[in-house]
Amino acid sequence: MGLGSLRGLDAQLAVSQAPSDSLVIALAGNPNTGKSTLFNQLTGLNQHTGNWPGKTVTIARGQFQYQDQNYILVDLPGTYSLLANSVEEEVARDFICSGQAKAIVIVTDATCLERNLNLVLQIMEITPHVVVCVNLLDEAKRKQIHVDLEKLAALLGVPVVGTNARDGEGLKELKAAIHRMAMGKEKTNPLQINYAPPIETAVDLLLPALEAKNTNYSARWRALRLLQREVAVLDSPAQSLKARLAQAYRILQEQDLIGDKLHDSIVTSLIHTAERIAKNTVTVKQQDYDRRDRKIDQIVTSRRWGIPIMLALLVLVFWITIKGANYPSQLLFTIFFRIEDSLTSFMRSYGWPDFLHGFLVLGIYRTLTWVVAVMLPPMAIFFPLFTFLEDLGYLPRIAFNLDNYFKRACAHGKQALTMCMGFGCNAVGVVGCRIIDSPRERIIATITNNFVPCNGRFPLLITLVSIFFARRADSSGLIGTLLLVGLIVLSVMITLAVSKLLSKTVLKGLPSSFALELPPYRKPQIGRILVRSLLDRTLFVLRRAIIVAAPAGAVLWLLANSYIGDNSLLQLLASWLQPIAYLIGLDGYILLAFILGFPANEIVLPIVLMSYTQSGALFELHSLTELYHLLVQNGWTWLTAICTILFSLNHWPCGTTLLTIRQETQSSKWTVLSLLVPTAVGFTLCFLITQAARFLGL
Amino acid sequence: MSVTGPTISLTELPIGQQGIVRELKTNSRMRRRLLDLGLVANTVVEALCQSPSGDPRAYHIRGTVIALRAEEAASVIIEKTN
Repeated sequence: MGLGSLRGLDAQLAVSQAPSDSLVIALAGNPNTGKSTLFNQLTGLNQHTGNWPGKTVTIARGQFQYQDQNYILVDLPGTYSLLANSVEEEVARDFICSGQAKAIVIVTDATCLERNLNLVLQIMEITPHVVVCVNLLDEAKRKQIHVDLEKLAALLGVPVVGTNARDGEGLKELKAAIHRMAMGKEKTNPLQINYAPPIETAVDLLLPALEAKNTNYSARWRALRLLQREVAVLDSPAQSLKARLAQAYRILQEQDLIGDKLHDSIVTSLIHTAERIAKNTVTVKQQDYDRRDRKIDQIVTSRRWGIPIMLALLVLVFWITIKGANYPSQLLFTIFFRIEDSLTSFMRSYGWPDFLHGFLVLGIYRTLTWVVAVMLPPMAIFFPLFTFLEDLGYLPRIAFNLDNYFKRACAHGKQALTMCMGFGCNAVGVVGCRIIDSPRERIIATITNNFVPCNGRFPLLITLVSIFFARRADSSGLIGTLLLVGLIVLSVMITLAVSKLLSKTVLKGLPSSFALELPPYRKPQIGRILVRSLLDRTLFVLRRAIIVAAPAGAVLWLLANSYIGDNSLLQLLASWLQPIAYLIGLDGYILLAFILGFPANEIVLPIVLMSYTQSGALFELHSLTELYHLLVQNGWTWLTAICTILFSLNHWPCGTTLLTIRQETQSSKWTVLSLLVPTAVGFTLCFLITQAARFLGL
Repeated sequence: MSVTGPTISLTELPIGQQGIVRELKTNSRMRRRLLDLGLVANTVVEALCQSPSGDPRAYHIRGTVIALRAEEAASVIIEKTN
């Protein structure tokens, strides 16, 4: 696969550093079965879970105790199967085969047990130490689906526990079952799948040569994989085995059971077994239990309403975010400035030198609090709203609606989702790219994430749009929001165009398979949404922003207050940048502000204002009219405004995002490209527009 | 496997109608993906809805709703049922 992010996975596979008396338990299951919720409930560790298939790509670990025994729970990637050779399946399979786990808990969805049993059967083939957890029993009950757990246990030959992980129901019983299994007190008799007769003959032929060898996984499983020539998962076969293997291959060949046909036959047996077990254990009282979901889907994905509903939701989310963030932002500013005043008077009273006060308070403190005041409220509103849609199950529908556009750009439909996360914060969007399986498409999504504006860029966009293009009374903020949505649509179009360009050049390749699950709609849990989105997303981003904003504040103050002759360094740098900036419709100060805004986009406009007024520290103008006049006095025209807006949409990612890209891709090449691509787009766009406008004399 | 009636590809199955899987006309990785989704022979599939552009479309397969792009669905040969 050659992808750096996998190295991280490998490193996490070894659980050797755990305390010696702890026992390892693995958690496996299909995507979207509430596996991560169960993981959180068992371990108390906060890990993000959402109503989104394939969310857990990295391996999370947590601990829990039962009867004085310490257990380490390893959350394996969610997979439908262990046969198809995706990255997640390899990771899950290798961990199960490694024999580190004393028990494998397989989480299944009671509302579609049959599909889930495929994985259960496959894992039971590898190891008998399996506990099946039938989750989402409440959902099943609501849909009048009944699962006979006792019968299921009898048919599978392993313990079965029913749970409602969201409410914590059945967890005690599950822990007890895990404990019994780990302590070796549970006798299992896992169901053996009957494959086609020639396959069984071939397996029987291999078994005697395999059973002698002591492995962590069953001889039968090993035999089957040898027949399928999946030697990658096995050590090289011994001589005694080689002869038998040749004979076995001959048997299969005579029956035309080779390659795809052998695989087909094996999978068909597995699926038919799952079907048979489900038929014997699941009773569906109401055949059209999912009618409501289907009806909703027909509306939210329809030709007429699909896209308008998405756009309307987008407008609504932004409007709530912008309006809602206003007041808390002002409040934070007031509080921070009051603290600043006390700091100042404290320093004055102790006779601290002016430059120290300037550096610490006007530089570091003010920039830091500025970023927090601008960034925190919108993020604290945007992310819960986003998580709400995620919990509801609407997000996969967005991917479904937009997939065709992404397909034409040779990218993945799920990129629509990571793009949406980018509206909150590009760093979060980049982390979100993990949900895309194909490495090529994941990198495309990563590089292009920066093309959608994050919350940090909204203030500049909104301010400039409202003072230059929507100056008439817009107290509701609706015109501004609509113009902003226009910009967002533009940014999505640029995303698609650049994705296509990338996949035709440096990231050549065909689109991978799509196969997106549209999970049932679920009732979002408001309380958990608030806690989770605050803890996992907002605070995460805030912490990183603070780490970069403080040094930025120091640099900014030094530049604005160090003089060579009559000019500050800031002015000198701006005059050097002026020739380039002029070409793309900006001025030296604006371009410099974008460069100095590298640590956090929030401070770009404040730096511009600080430069124009030569005030030496960030400050905000309270009236938009005042701001408009200040900008116009400094030579701004509508062209400057458009170019500044476009450059804000298309320039290098902020420091936090770049750091995250580096971490996620483990590659300098992709990190540098992520920096260069949007920058090049920004320069080109602004250059063309500026030159065209000047040529036409507009 | 025996074909009993006229067959079409999954992409041609009208929304709201059902079909029975007869054959997968693809190999390697995509075949494995489709099989893992439960699209083995004799599986009942229902076309549920399509995205605004008509592709991808969503299908009811063994208790789950799965969206497939046209390229993938085209290789699934089904027999229409009433």
